[in-house]
Amino acid sequence: MKNTMIGIIGAAAFGVMASAASAATLDDVKAKGFIQCGVNTALAGFSAPDDKGEWTGLDVDFCRAVAAAVFGDGTKVKFTPLSAKDRFTALQSGEIDILSRNTTWTINRDTALGLNFAGVTYFDGQGFMINAKKLPGVNSALQLSGASVCVQSGTTTELNLADYFKANNLEYNPVVFEKVEEANAAYDAGRCDAYTTDQSGLYGIRLTLASPGDHVVLPEIISKEPLGPAVRQGDDQWFDIVKWTYFALLNAEELGITKANVEEMKNSPNPEIKRVLGVEAESKIGTDLGLTNDWVVNIVKATGNYGEIFENNVGSGSPLKISRGINALWTKGGLQYGVPIR
Amino acid sequence: MQEHDMSWVRTEMALAQPAPRSEAGLGSWVRKNLFATPIDSVLTVLGLLFATWALSQILGWAIFNAQWTGTDRTACLTVDQGGALPSGWSGACWAFVNAKFAQFMFGRYPVDERWRVILTGIIFVALLAPLLIPRAPYKRLNAILFFAVFPFIAFWLLIGGFLGLSYVETPLWGGLLVTLVLSYVGIVVSLPLGVLLALGRRSKMPAVKMLSVIFIETVRGVPLVTILFMASFMLPLFVPPGMTFDKFLRALIGVALFASAYMAEVVRGGLQAIPKGQYEGADSLGLGYWQKMGLIIMPQALKLVIPGIVNTFIGMFKDTTLVLIISMFDLLGIVKQNLADANWATPQTARTGLVFAAIVFWVFCFGMSRYSMFMERRLDTGHTR
Repeated sequence: MKNTMIGIIGAAAFGVMASAASAATLDDVKAKGFIQCGVNTALAGFSAPDDKGEWTGLDVDFCRAVAAAVFGDGTKVKFTPLSAKDRFTALQSGEIDILSRNTTWTINRDTALGLNFAGVTYFDGQGFMINAKKLPGVNSALQLSGASVCVQSGTTTELNLADYFKANNLEYNPVVFEKVEEANAAYDAGRCDAYTTDQSGLYGIRLTLASPGDHVVLPEIISKEPLGPAVRQGDDQWFDIVKWTYFALLNAEELGITKANVEEMKNSPNPEIKRVLGVEAESKIGTDLGLTNDWVVNIVKATGNYGEIFENNVGSGSPLKISRGINALWTKGGLQYGVPIR
Repeated sequence: MQEHDMSWVRTEMALAQPAPRSEAGLGSWVRKNLFATPIDSVLTVLGLLFATWALSQILGWAIFNAQWTGTDRTACLTVDQGGALPSGWSGACWAFVNAKFAQFMFGRYPVDERWRVILTGIIFVALLAPLLIPRAPYKRLNAILFFAVFPFIAFWLLIGGFLGLSYVETPLWGGLLVTLVLSYVGIVVSLPLGVLLALGRRSKMPAVKMLSVIFIETVRGVPLVTILFMASFMLPLFVPPGMTFDKFLRALIGVALFASAYMAEVVRGGLQAIPKGQYEGADSLGLGYWQKMGLIIMPQALKLVIPGIVNTFIGMFKDTTLVLIISMFDLLGIVKQNLADANWATPQTARTGLVFAAIVFWVFCFGMSRYSMFMERRLDTGHTR
């Protein structure tokens, strides 16, 4: 509720100054020489500092991809860590150019808060984790009848949990905690049979359990949390750039263009690859976007394609080991669909 | 022998006898204090057992079983968790603090420029130490350097952007650097401002008095979190776009004003404890208002409220952790942020990181507290009853 209130106040104030803030973001960005990107203050796999203090994560890499598209250099981006409360204000006030902070795409945010979501970089949703040693044979949330479930209080998570069990006519015992850390500790100590929060979070929590190998994340997702980058309304060019950066990442994966082979791929006979990489004769795709024609080459060189970003930050290349699941490409049974670049 | 006078006056004191063996030495002290009654004996034994157990647990976790080196999470994982340590191992993961130490100190301050922070720290200590040692000479010059010159040097060194130093923006600052800068500015601003506000509140001029009361009561009436929150999120919406105040500067002002209001009330307590005779005495000497306050009243009042002042300082030092809610990362904030690094996610990481932060905070607060006690004893001029 608090967030909504602040958002509404923010939106009201935003209306007053929209005229100034919506001046071409691309020109502003080019003039200052970097993109200001709002990220989460700390979320494993999405935005977290590494040992040197450099930002890493899926949301972070997306901003690097946009920077590469605009400047040909993925390092020309500055990150503003934002809490859930100040994220929309920061975007509305022009403090940041992109909000890439595991933000759920909802109609309210798209309309009342004056945002434009460029796509869904991660399809998240509320899931369950159980201790497989304690509950052998359970491989679906529908078998959790009578279970005690650890959950954080005052969140939509708690409400979704109630809805799901009621809808499926199952009994359950909520064990409610004020703080996430308390809920983690209680689950680890065996006070509940199951733990519920966003699925991406479950994988992060599993790493801090005493015996992570014993715990499994169940396949059911009981809520829709499409997370994606957002920009201010009223600047279609900038919106296009961010949106097509996302699609370029997906297309690159679909066509097998990776960080390692992008230079070779330029010589590929495949007309689609040529078109995407802007090496086709008289290509105008990049310049129409307000960028250079090798924008996709720059993106892939900086961050790799979507699959590489995913695996490096949250997938098999990271300790989180999240499977692609519905975040796989549409050709592999997932929901990630790169709109054609032509 | 007849002339011998029976009266006899001792001309020197008899030598003191040593205490009876049963009353002297360690053995007697132990018997009297620890094993006086059977219940005492039982409690002593139980207490000792508990202390030994607790100490061994703490030392075992923090030192003997701790992991000191490593490059990622596998250093602090047991066999079941995917590491190499024996099953059931529990110890501090100092390797995490080790790997992140530079970040905990400087935040994201550019690596090549960190010498500037270190140099600032050295100047700070070099100026502060003689100021704290009563016997060191040149107090006046030293104080001027510390309170009036040092802020400019520190500004130039830390932020730069002129006179040959590259510009380092404050969002890159973090860790202990932020904690100390916030505290230093808070302390340096709040004490003089607090004194002025306290005098203002006791002033006979209605306008001055009212403004002081309004300021103190308004600021004291809202939580620090609210002030920081307003300064950070609401302010940008009310100023024209493109015009941005540095977030760190906003936090600095917020913390300093907040501490000033509290300081004012502490100092006012001291002023009220000064007997009326002192004021009248000063008046009868023909001193003006500022002379009276500066020479007679304040030295006595401030001495009385040293515990209160230090209490406010310590409180403020710890309150700086609240800047986390406006997405600035002080020591605690940066430790918490690094807990999200999946490369270090282990069951022991959070504990170790928070214990480290606690130790650093404790060292600073304990230092301040001890110094204030030393100052109280030194300035004690016979008010103790």
